[in-house]
Amino acid sequence: MKTTGQNSTLMSPFNYIGRQALIAVNSLGASAIFFYKSFEMIFRSKQITEILKQVYHIGAKSANIVMLVGLFTGMVLGLQLYYALVKLGSEGILGSVLALSLFRELGPVLTAIMVTARAGSSMTAEIGILRITDQIDALHTMRINPLRYLVSPRIAASIISFPLLTAFFNLIGIIGGYLTGVLLLGVNSGAYFHRIQSSLELSDITGGIVKSLIFGALVSTICCFQGYFTHMREESSGARSVSISTTTAVVLSCVLILISDYVVTSFYI
Amino acid sequence: METPLIEFRNVVKGFGDRTILQGVDLKIYRGQITTLIGKSGTGKSVLLKHIIGLLTPDSGSILFDGKPIENMTKKELNDYRSRISYMFQSNALFDSMTVFENIALPLEQTTRMRKKEIKTKVMSRINQMELHEVVHKYPSELSGGMQKRVALARALVTDPEIVLFDEPTTGQDPIRRNSILTMIAQYKKKFGFTAILISHDIPDMFFISDRIILLWDGKIAFQGTYEESTSLDHPMIDEFLASLEGFQDELTGLLSKQAFRTRYDSILRRKQKEKTFAAILFKLELDHMCEIMGSELAFQSLRSLGEYISKQMDSKGGFSARQSTEQILTILPYTGMEEAQNMLNDFAQGLNRLLVCNNQAGSTDDGEHEVCGFEINVYAGVTESKSNEEIEKIIIKARAVENIIAQYRCESRRELEREKV
Repeated sequence: MKTTGQNSTLMSPFNYIGRQALIAVNSLGASAIFFYKSFEMIFRSKQITEILKQVYHIGAKSANIVMLVGLFTGMVLGLQLYYALVKLGSEGILGSVLALSLFRELGPVLTAIMVTARAGSSMTAEIGILRITDQIDALHTMRINPLRYLVSPRIAASIISFPLLTAFFNLIGIIGGYLTGVLLLGVNSGAYFHRIQSSLELSDITGGIVKSLIFGALVSTICCFQGYFTHMREESSGARSVSISTTTAVVLSCVLILISDYVVTSFYI
Repeated sequence: METPLIEFRNVVKGFGDRTILQGVDLKIYRGQITTLIGKSGTGKSVLLKHIIGLLTPDSGSILFDGKPIENMTKKELNDYRSRISYMFQSNALFDSMTVFENIALPLEQTTRMRKKEIKTKVMSRINQMELHEVVHKYPSELSGGMQKRVALARALVTDPEIVLFDEPTTGQDPIRRNSILTMIAQYKKKFGFTAILISHDIPDMFFISDRIILLWDGKIAFQGTYEESTSLDHPMIDEFLASLEGFQDELTGLLSKQAFRTRYDSILRRKQKEKTFAAILFKLELDHMCEIMGSELAFQSLRSLGEYISKQMDSKGGFSARQSTEQILTILPYTGMEEAQNMLNDFAQGLNRLLVCNNQAGSTDDGEHEVCGFEINVYAGVTESKSNEEIEKIIIKARAVENIIAQYRCESRRELEREKV
């Protein structure tokens, strides 16, 4: 008996890791099916109104905050890069470094994180509340598929909005860099824009767009999934489960944005 | 024998370690109101959710019109589900939508109706449910009773064949409770749907139910009519009925039907010697009243009548109970026919005086009675009975001799002014 006890103590970390791995694989599979089922319903009839409503909520209403963050990111990049480049005597290439980092990396990632914080959390909370107050079951009883009515439009709207918001972010970021780099620190204005134009290639732009499309699908799926299955949480129920789901959705989205960013970047380089 | 519309065959359902339904067999027939009763947490809602497909059984099968649901094709299943509506215990109204949007949603999303048609249909339901004042309000701005009515309107807007009501009357006051149950009965009559409801509101729900199903310890302990349930010798039924003994009819303040029956049996039927006594049956035309003055006011009138009967008859040794939604039977065990007739005359005079006073008081209200111009009649029939007679027989005898004993005329202001001139 003693040996078994020791064995189980020895094995417990492995058991734990195994259990967690299984849960992770299960959730991943469930999320993939969830995304697939919702995605195919985007193209059903009567979806356009709901999609437009969601584009307004996820896209239009996030534009201000995304542009504000874009402006300050561009401004701070202008400052930091100028002082780094000046040491090498190559402050003339400020425009190209700034544009490349914005278009390829910072634009899609920061936009996705900002939209997750603003719209993703609200998706989880809203769907979670609909779930715990029986409103999703009510949709079922009326033969309205909740995936079609609630989840599909949000995924579609995210896929539409994320690249647009990223484009806004990039544009305002360049203006931010201009404000600090050119107007404040005196880099030549012509050189700034010329460097941007000459160094940016189409693949940089499409790479950024592909990233934002992937982030859009990822964030909306995770946030909707967490809200939709709020009631399945074992550790809590009711309002508490909605709050845990929202936190989980935001944290998980941010982590997965960064992981997938690495994966996509490694493919594009 | 008639094929049941819905049939459960040995349905088992569990959640985790707990088995909620332990082999349920039940039958629900077309066009009837079937009420599901049982203690809290015995799985009544779980059972109802199986019918609409929100839950599926672990084993056993559910048949619709003789066909197992699990064998249905996608199209058949969709067709089956399109015939059912579900009214949730919590109403489950969409809280970010207005009353109108809530009721219109099933039509917008599942039919090809035009916007104008949807609006007409929704507005007609809204008017039927007396919800026109709150069309553009959100559910959170409504009272509990109104939310129930919105949920009912939403459940009925698709003209379903089967409507499942999960505790439609819980948490309502007696008037509202009776009003909701009568509304269900009226709509059932009007639209001809089959209703399955869960209710704890005994005795109110007995008046409208055609069949009763008792769920006990995860199994069906009884299914049949109310009368069958009282005559069945089953320990669970006894326990259940015993729990009803103390119940009072909260609406009228009179005895519950069961308590009335018990008292009738103990005072009259179990006596060795046969005895004659008088019985009076009072009746209001409740359906008509609901139509002309709204269900709330109609049930308030019924409540007042019940209170007045109790006040007048209890002092003479009588006891009364509602026998159907609109009929109250008073047994006067120590009174002969002639005396009962005199008592009824006095009762009628008193009631008429009361109604005249009310009418005069009411007519001074500004504007309130512009919509008046109707009559409410109170009927009564007095009959002589013997102690071995069934209550149902007494009711039939009394109904045969009933007359109008009091009348309330709500005259419009214009008519009153004309009379004055």
